[in-house]
Amino acid sequence: MKVTVTVNGSQVAAEVEDRTLLVHFLREQADLTATNIGCDTSSCGACTVLLDGQSVKSCTVLAAQADEREVTTVEGLASGPDEMHPVQRAFRAEHALQCGFCTPGMVMATVSLLAENASPTEEEVRSALEGNLCRCTGYHNIVRAVLAAARDDTTATPAAGR
Amino acid sequence: MSILGTRVMRTEDPRLLTLGGTYVDDLRMPELAEAARVTFVRSPIAHALITGIDVSAAQEAPGVIAVLTAADLNDLPPPPPDDGGGGNEAAPLPLGGPWAEPLLAVDRVRYVGEPVAIVITDDRYQGEDTAELVSVDYEPLPAVVGADAALAGGTLLFPAAGSNVAVTGGTPADGTTFDGCDVVLQRTIVNQRLAPVPLEGRAAAAEWADGKLTVWVSTQNAQISRFVLAGVLGLDPGAIRVVAPDVGGGFGAKVGIDRDALVVAWAAKHVGRPLSWTETRSENLVAMTHGRAQRQVIKIGGARDGRILAYRLEIVQDAGAYPRMGGFLPFLTRLMAAGPYDIPRVEAASSVVVTNTTPTFAYRGAGRPEATAAIERAVDLFAAEIGRDPAEVRRINLVPPDKFPYSSPCGPVYDTGAYAEALDKVLVGAGYQELRAEQARRRERGDVLQLGIGLASYVEITAADAEGGETARLVVDGDGTATVYTGSSAHGQGHHTTWAMLVEAELGIEMAKVTVIHGDTDLIPMGVGTYASRSLQLGGVAVHKAAVEVKEQARRVAADMLEASEADLELDTERGVWQVRGDPAASRTWAEIAGHAGDDGLAAAVNYTEGQPTFPFGTHLALVEVDTETGKAALLRHVTVDDAGTVVSPVLAEGQRHGGIAQGVAQALLEEMLYDADGNPLTSTLVDYAAITAAELPSFELLRSETPTHVNPLGAKGIGEAGTIGAAPAALNAVIDAVSHLGVSHIDMPATPARVWAAISEARGSQ
Amino acid sequence: MAWLIPAPFTYQRASSVDEALELAARSGEDAKYLAGGHSLLPLMKLRLALPGILVDIGRLGELRYIRDDGSHIEVGALTSHDDMARSGLLASEVPLLAHAAGQVGDPQVRHRGTIGGSLVHADPAADLPAVILALGATLVARGPSGSREIGAGAFFRGLFETSLQPGELLTAIRIPKPLAVGWSFQKFTKRAIDWAIVGVAVQGGSVALVNMGQTPLRATAVEQALASGAGPRDAAAHAAEDSSPPDDINAGRGYREHLARVLVARALEESRSRS
Repeated sequence: MKVTVTVNGSQVAAEVEDRTLLVHFLREQADLTATNIGCDTSSCGACTVLLDGQSVKSCTVLAAQADEREVTTVEGLASGPDEMHPVQRAFRAEHALQCGFCTPGMVMATVSLLAENASPTEEEVRSALEGNLCRCTGYHNIVRAVLAAARDDTTATPAAGR
Repeated sequence: MSILGTRVMRTEDPRLLTLGGTYVDDLRMPELAEAARVTFVRSPIAHALITGIDVSAAQEAPGVIAVLTAADLNDLPPPPPDDGGGGNEAAPLPLGGPWAEPLLAVDRVRYVGEPVAIVITDDRYQGEDTAELVSVDYEPLPAVVGADAALAGGTLLFPAAGSNVAVTGGTPADGTTFDGCDVVLQRTIVNQRLAPVPLEGRAAAAEWADGKLTVWVSTQNAQISRFVLAGVLGLDPGAIRVVAPDVGGGFGAKVGIDRDALVVAWAAKHVGRPLSWTETRSENLVAMTHGRAQRQVIKIGGARDGRILAYRLEIVQDAGAYPRMGGFLPFLTRLMAAGPYDIPRVEAASSVVVTNTTPTFAYRGAGRPEATAAIERAVDLFAAEIGRDPAEVRRINLVPPDKFPYSSPCGPVYDTGAYAEALDKVLVGAGYQELRAEQARRRERGDVLQLGIGLASYVEITAADAEGGETARLVVDGDGTATVYTGSSAHGQGHHTTWAMLVEAELGIEMAKVTVIHGDTDLIPMGVGTYASRSLQLGGVAVHKAAVEVKEQARRVAADMLEASEADLELDTERGVWQVRGDPAASRTWAEIAGHAGDDGLAAAVNYTEGQPTFPFGTHLALVEVDTETGKAALLRHVTVDDAGTVVSPVLAEGQRHGGIAQGVAQALLEEMLYDADGNPLTSTLVDYAAITAAELPSFELLRSETPTHVNPLGAKGIGEAGTIGAAPAALNAVIDAVSHLGVSHIDMPATPARVWAAISEARGSQ
Repeated sequence: MAWLIPAPFTYQRASSVDEALELAARSGEDAKYLAGGHSLLPLMKLRLALPGILVDIGRLGELRYIRDDGSHIEVGALTSHDDMARSGLLASEVPLLAHAAGQVGDPQVRHRGTIGGSLVHADPAADLPAVILALGATLVARGPSGSREIGAGAFFRGLFETSLQPGELLTAIRIPKPLAVGWSFQKFTKRAIDWAIVGVAVQGGSVALVNMGQTPLRATAVEQALASGAGPRDAAAHAAEDSSPPDDINAGRGYREHLARVLVARALEESRSRS
């Protein structure tokens, strides 16, 4: 079937199998490889993107379900390495990533969270990220980054202590 | 002021945050544009004879290029000769002889997930469809699951070996070890099997072209991968290029090259087409290696005044179906059995058994967490038995500062330490006395939610294979930029940042002008890689030494350019210029000096091999709240000192500690790879394997402590695994402490709600 | 071995309820409705479900609403968990449903997953089936021969089995007003993201259990004890009666029975504190 998705503001149209998962459409047809696949049971959140502005796990959405809709991936947040989105800036400033594999999904989950709750508590952040696994950071700096992004306090170098 | 020890943001991150990393599955270079997909057909049965494989239906499926089985592996060189199967644990490589592991199962499968065949298809969707069409006839055999079944030997995995015990080691029990002890306690405990779950699973791509094999693989060591590939495929190492692109976590399970990646590399050459392979998570959970999996008998004896006099640790290591590095892990456990304590008599012994489960291997800590978990449980049992505070018992027995370097009865010589100081820092930082008071109040009131305070003091060994060394090559170019070629292999640790900091600190070439390259054997033929918390103290020191060498080269060139004596030249590392002492006007930049340096330029190659292991140490305190009606434990606070010597990058060192703590807490409270009696994995998806999430953890409280080592010029020890080593026993001890007043003295990890409730129920029933 | 990718199927998208019914009728038992897909797609990826045809009803805006029709609160079957969790109307009129919907899965799942999908999937470990039992809700289904109403108690027939006929489509959930005062939802998990090991939904004197049998269960013995004036703790002692909980890696039967008693007691106490 033919699927047309507006990805990061550009239309991507392709003929794909009916069973094509959105994540594969993004990685193969749209050639946007930042969105990763970390599991097969909708558990890990590495494939999180925004579908019509809300976070979804793109491994559990058919490309067909996103037909004629808007998808934002992490590649669509910033205009370049020097002009990062506040959430990306916060992740950098707080050392919220190590191997980077969970990062695109974690960033998109955060963008969605902050759109729904502009100033979450630490507990709300932890709860909102329960569907995104990270094996490197222990989540400590990710949580700090989300809180910093909410404050948009993201220009500093990593704070001392802890 | 030196940049070392300051809080520097990572240079890796802008790319990872805006474009994402380039992991194996993201590679889009022309060589792989036409790559076909590899999909593995794996055994669904734990133990069986293969009586037939029918690939005919699969070969007819759409998009199929080839279906390959062990019968097709006939173009490989013969495996190494039979070493007698003697089980030499000094060589942490797979055992040969009767224990040899085929790349694809030949006539028998020994675990669920063992590769039996591969299908090669144009795309990955076809691969999954086609794999289901490969028909394998299995004649089931009884499965060996768990240490007891393996030791009983009723069913042998390797009949030709004559036993399920692959390796033994350590000291036999001496009947007099516990003589003179007022108190002697013994208990069997479990250090459960874990899945490493790097968020990127295993992946490889390979191309055979013009007599050269190129392999892109998600590995912690490109150079070791090349060495293994050359041996297995019978190729000259010069005909192989291995590239480690971005790697999405390893945690020890990506040390070397995975066996399935060897199959992919072989198949690319065999079918003459570039291939790409990325496993699914469900495959990963059964076919990547597992970690831990020890059953331990701990025996501790001492005096009622709190002095520990004797300790014995007996280990049965479950190696899984094939003795890979699992055969070696107990060696490291025995090495560190004594922990940070000055105990007069310590013994450790181990047996490694094979079972019909996934092979075990390194996982964050690799043998040392098991040692710490054992002795920290033993110390708490001893403290409880003599009615003393566990913090006090630890303080009495920790190796005192005046005994360093300290020769452990288990062999290693601990370099430097301030063990009691670390303990006291944590007690003060956590407010230990107030926590105990609050615990007492809750006990007094009989609250449903009880507090538990758990301690773990540890010492561990990092860069245990320091004699293997590490390489670095540093080049300063005519434009004043520097390039570092490192044999170390970052997969999240931030080497690119730290190595650039080391160059800036020594040469004054700012970090932004330093490029770090790793993980490409064409550019860096010799190297060892990243594991065992070795990178900074070996790879980092190699970079540092290369910088020192380049600095001396530059001094000579600058002296020549400025017509001054070398002794009068000084490097202003703030500005990155060389000048004549007392005459700042007479100066030369790095670009000028490099341009003048002649054909050899400014370059130094170092193979740093004089290193020795180092011994980081610390104390963790976990505060948990246990719901005594349901058994559920929640971690409220986690306070730690992790002293890894001089800290070069505080930001990155903290990040390593955070991640390590989370994995340790996960072992204590949640994670466990389970099998049923027939060897079927019960936790083969991330729905069932309870990887820890943000919602189960608090923010951590890290306290600073830096006791430099004299072993290397940076004063640095390793920090990659310390968090995990300290956190698991602290969290477990906390859970047990929370319910100890109800009569509970031990709970095996993970202390899940069901287990904690069962322990409470049992204790109540027996009172 | 489990895979990432579903077996092949044909995708069809409905633009109205009538079209959805027609597409499904044409395809017979080989067809499945696809709403948010968060129950069905994971099963298809593991190749535990192999429908030949998916009829996508996900864009039927006519089924996505929460409204007060005087005697009932009516929730369209395609309303997402997130919509329910954020609904002011539900928060004031049916807080049990709003709260429980906010506990389902994780935010991403709540953005896509729908109440209809969750109920039709009929997983006894799911949260919302027990909630609608406790609420005494009525389910509205449309089929080729028209619309019918099914009481929540008659809807769940067995493990992953409902009383819907092939081709029949769940369109709405009707919750009667006014609700008995006091409510609680207790979800006991190992990790926040996990399915409930045991869960309890209480609305007034109605008590329903998650994951204590092949279907969501009414804790009838508890309800009877409450009706005869028993206090929360005494009534809760009956929580596991007539249940048949599963025995799995997270909990044995006996532990689940114990948890049911503890959680029912807590739920009844919390419910009482809200009344």
